[in-house]
Amino acid sequence: MGEVILTMKNITKSFSGVAALRNAELELRSGEVVALMGENGAGKSTLMKILTGIYRKDAGEIRYLGREVEYRGPAESEEAGIVIVHQELNMMNDLTVAQNLFIGKEIMKGALIDDQSMKRKAAELFSLLNISIDPAEKIGNLTVGKQQMVEIAKAISKKAKIIVFDEPTAALTESEIEELFKVIRDLREKGTGMIYISHRMDEIRRISDRVTVMRDGEFVGTLETESCGKNDIIRLMVGRTIFSEPKTESRVGKDAPEVLRAEHLNRGKHVRDVSFSLRKGEILGFSGLMGAGRTEVARLLFGADRRDSGRIFVNGKETEIRTPEDAVRAGIGYLSEDRKRFGLIVDQSVEENTVIASLDRFMRGIFIDRKKSISCAEHYVSKLKTRTPSATQLVRKLSGGNQQKVVIAKWLVRNCDILIFDEPTRGIDIGAKSEIYRLMENLAEEGKSIIMISSELPEILRMSDRVIVMCEGRVTGVLDISEVNQEIIMESATRREGDKE
Amino acid sequence: MNEKMKKLWSNQQAVVLLALFVICIAFSLITPKFMKATTFTNIAKSAYYVAFMAIGTTFVISTGGIDLSIGTVAICSALIGGTLMERGLPMGAVLLVMLLTGALFGLLNGIMVSRMGLPAFIATLGTMMMSRGLGSIVSKTKTISFPQGDAPGAWFREFFMITREGGVLPKNFPTGFILLALLSAVMALVLNKTKAGRYILSIGSNKEATRLSGINIARYETLAYVLSGIFAALAGIAYVAVFTTAQPNTGNGFELDAIAGIVIGGTSLSGGVGSIFGTIIGVFIMTVLKIGFPYIGVQSHYQLFITGMILIFAVYMDILNRKRG
Repeated sequence: MGEVILTMKNITKSFSGVAALRNAELELRSGEVVALMGENGAGKSTLMKILTGIYRKDAGEIRYLGREVEYRGPAESEEAGIVIVHQELNMMNDLTVAQNLFIGKEIMKGALIDDQSMKRKAAELFSLLNISIDPAEKIGNLTVGKQQMVEIAKAISKKAKIIVFDEPTAALTESEIEELFKVIRDLREKGTGMIYISHRMDEIRRISDRVTVMRDGEFVGTLETESCGKNDIIRLMVGRTIFSEPKTESRVGKDAPEVLRAEHLNRGKHVRDVSFSLRKGEILGFSGLMGAGRTEVARLLFGADRRDSGRIFVNGKETEIRTPEDAVRAGIGYLSEDRKRFGLIVDQSVEENTVIASLDRFMRGIFIDRKKSISCAEHYVSKLKTRTPSATQLVRKLSGGNQQKVVIAKWLVRNCDILIFDEPTRGIDIGAKSEIYRLMENLAEEGKSIIMISSELPEILRMSDRVIVMCEGRVTGVLDISEVNQEIIMESATRREGDKE
Repeated sequence: MNEKMKKLWSNQQAVVLLALFVICIAFSLITPKFMKATTFTNIAKSAYYVAFMAIGTTFVISTGGIDLSIGTVAICSALIGGTLMERGLPMGAVLLVMLLTGALFGLLNGIMVSRMGLPAFIATLGTMMMSRGLGSIVSKTKTISFPQGDAPGAWFREFFMITREGGVLPKNFPTGFILLALLSAVMALVLNKTKAGRYILSIGSNKEATRLSGINIARYETLAYVLSGIFAALAGIAYVAVFTTAQPNTGNGFELDAIAGIVIGGTSLSGGVGSIFGTIIGVFIMTVLKIGFPYIGVQSHYQLFITGMILIFAVYMDILNRKRG
């Protein structure tokens, strides 16, 4: 391991008043792999975006190769030798491997592109990395793993001294992961410094030299991988002070009637044999890391995607749910994590969004009874304390928390008794968060049953009566709130198939 | 600019209406011949068929789609109706067959776009060619003449203009203008006040969120295309009522006039925002220019050049408004 090539110190960044990073820290040596870990929202991506100049830091210091630097964008940082291999690969699928590799800096022969030279150079690069990819193949025909190799080769071709891997194995098969690790070890030999972002504990332990853990935008600690155990890392990740008291016991009696039961739901590899039940008045938390399949389960329950197999029972009766129309008819409402895309029509008013799922009740003859729909929307504006100048305000102009309330109103007007909240407080500031929590608690007390998907452990612990933990499409834990803590959940959330219990 | 002016300026319907007035006033200042009842009659007569097409297609464009088949469907249904008429079918039944033809083409478009997932541009380009071909096949590429004067069946022309002396209304009175006003009002209500209209605008605004609100989006998207087809057929009826003949290549390019009118009137090509009133004004701006230029001694094809400029200006204004909003 060589000398220190990158230090980030006291990095601070806030977005419109909300702190995303406070005193974040990172150190990287040449020929070293540092794993960057933390829950979703801990600030890993933000820190990397500051490193590469996508965001500007508010305060702090970045030293790279002995000099203080601040890049104005990824073009500049790449020029300097810092390259990110993104989780979602951005490539032109219909161009060849070589054409993608040299995009933006094509080799020219006069006024024409010299495809032959580019192919030859690409081949040299691949042999340097000991990987076999045909430079003339169309990128779209390669597997995700191979595409990633091309990205890495691209980084190498830019003479990268630091490569950042953002969840590189999320879409890879086991053998592809092996190949990736071989390349990473190779690069380490050659002195490249690498930052490896991943949730997968076993990979971290196999590939990294050190682990840096972040939590709530802060640096928590760095561990030597060799001398630490999985539990040490988990403890650092979750050991936060919890501002709101977690629930200690379920408010729902064991004899409460079951309103929803899912049996053996399957969809591709995202949802694998998922079964669970929901009781009346219960808040059922769905915990897990990103990509664990929680949203996918919600979309199956709601008919937004087709399931491959499995049965759904509503109030004890098997219910055929093929489309959202069926789900809504069965009294299920879905509140997406991406409200602007899937929850709201932002160019319409609060009123129009509130009644859209229940228009039948607002008709006078063939016309929509605006008076009735406005008064209904106003009723819910005051009931949910939505801050809007009027019911005819465009939803686009409301804040995240108030937009969420409009979606809630939509399903309440529709009389939905089962509500699926997917990341209910994402993009919502802290003040509005507790308001949304109280709202959900009130709904549960009124007898609504709630499924709450959340990536924030304190949120899960504060709100849930029971917790279901998922990992890689499977349910890896069904826990009563009285018997869980953050460590237990995190342990289940990282339990991959084949791991020992 | 003060607030009121800004607000007015950002309302495209108000701006295009103002533009229509300015154009009319300019023409009448240049030549006193313009401000006559016959001018209005001429404008109305050549605006009908484009206006009817545009009303229906406003619904399609409001969903975020496009219908390129309206021009050829209009003439195709006229040719099918006309051929049956020549074989002795009474005019009432002929008109029904025409409307049905339009509705069926609309249904086909709707199914292809909403159920089969074809891009609207391609699906309706296909039916545009199909309807053009079908018109030729059915009519055996002949020109078909519709009855005039006292011939049996000529009565349907009275819906669009009075062709005979001595009635309650004077000869040449543009009754079609009343029909157009009436249908515009009805369809504006449908778009803005009914469930179907609300869903159509919602689909154009955010299709996925509309689907996830439990709404059968395929049904309402199809409805928009069916309306477009029916109004295309109505345009075909208006065309043969005014111009008395139809031949297989008549309808080519009509759809672009209608789409230009719709866009000038403030309906957004990306969907979600639609105005029937704006569409009518948009169509009339184009027609007034076409009819008006010869009055001031300018050849009518200058209209095309000017309309093109207005179209670009109108859409750019819309883009600016969006950026600001």
